[in-house]
Amino acid sequence: MRFAGLIVLSVLLITDAVGAEIPPAERRSGASFMTPDTRAMQDDGTINPGMLWVLDGEKLWARKTGVADKACADCHNDPRTSMKGVAAHYPAFDKALGRPVDLEQRINLCRVNQQKATPLAYESRDMLALTAFVAQQSRGVAIETGSDPQLAPFIAKGRELFMQRQGQLNLGCTNCHDDNWDKRLAGSAITQGHPTGYPLYRLEWQSLGSLQRRLRACITGIRAQAYDFGAPELVELELYLMSRAKGMPLEAPAIRP
Amino acid sequence: MPSALINVPAKAKRGDVIEIKTLMSHIMETGFRHTATGEVIPRDIITSFTCRYNGNEIFRADLFPAIAANPFITFFTTATASGKFEFEWIGDNGFSETASASITVE
Repeated sequence: MRFAGLIVLSVLLITDAVGAEIPPAERRSGASFMTPDTRAMQDDGTINPGMLWVLDGEKLWARKTGVADKACADCHNDPRTSMKGVAAHYPAFDKALGRPVDLEQRINLCRVNQQKATPLAYESRDMLALTAFVAQQSRGVAIETGSDPQLAPFIAKGRELFMQRQGQLNLGCTNCHDDNWDKRLAGSAITQGHPTGYPLYRLEWQSLGSLQRRLRACITGIRAQAYDFGAPELVELELYLMSRAKGMPLEAPAIRP
Repeated sequence: MPSALINVPAKAKRGDVIEIKTLMSHIMETGFRHTATGEVIPRDIITSFTCRYNGNEIFRADLFPAIAANPFITFFTTATASGKFEFEWIGDNGFSETASASITVE
């Protein structure tokens, strides 16, 4: 018994010391941790509540707004072709700003520069609707984020934040999502933390939410001070997570418990 | 206008039992919650849902607080004739939405 205990202890110590990243072949979408009922809800477009936001987004896409009185459709035409695969590349490098921007920030850049309209707040109904509508055009497309070499330093920063222990619980993202993803936390699956379905409908939220909302909730959970919506640190973390999920199919708008 | 998702089979054989699925966009605020400053958030829910099949009411539900946001209501009926399903949601603050779907019965 004592010998077996020693083995368990040493295995635990080794795992903690290495902090092994998940090999590509063992990556799993959060959907694979869900019950068959919840998965069915995600897969059926007529019962997936995320589709309510997609319908709203479709209306917004065609609505003229701002001083320029332009709609998204006036420049981007048919979203089924112009937006297919776009969300699978975000966050992407913005040359003018010299840093990565996520899908929400890209939509706001378009609103401010092209439509001459006011930017939308993260988690506002309209922002969620537009991101859901754009992301849904890439459903099933493999994630390509991080292919741009200009992103490399920002991915490295995001990775650093992912590995960094912080907060009163002194935990890094990696301590759960790399080391303990096959276990449960208070009855819930821990998952590997691949952001394949954002914006997604969480049954707990009873609403659609962005990846940044999810990240802020996790950061609060480890009792650290969460970054503000749109903070460069959150975008870098989004970027690292998306590049970590490279090749996995997008599921937006996904469902999670 | 809030969005609704309706799923009614486009075709059915006479006498078939068909499933009808409806999803309505609504916050379903219970009226039991408070803001950070202690004020009650007023109740804002859907209180009634009805479905008519060629004018005849075939399903009705009364809704109450503590039903999740974006209520998903699904039920079964027998396909008797080609025609129209009409759905109506009524709620607090003058909420009133309708939707419809047609079916061909052979």
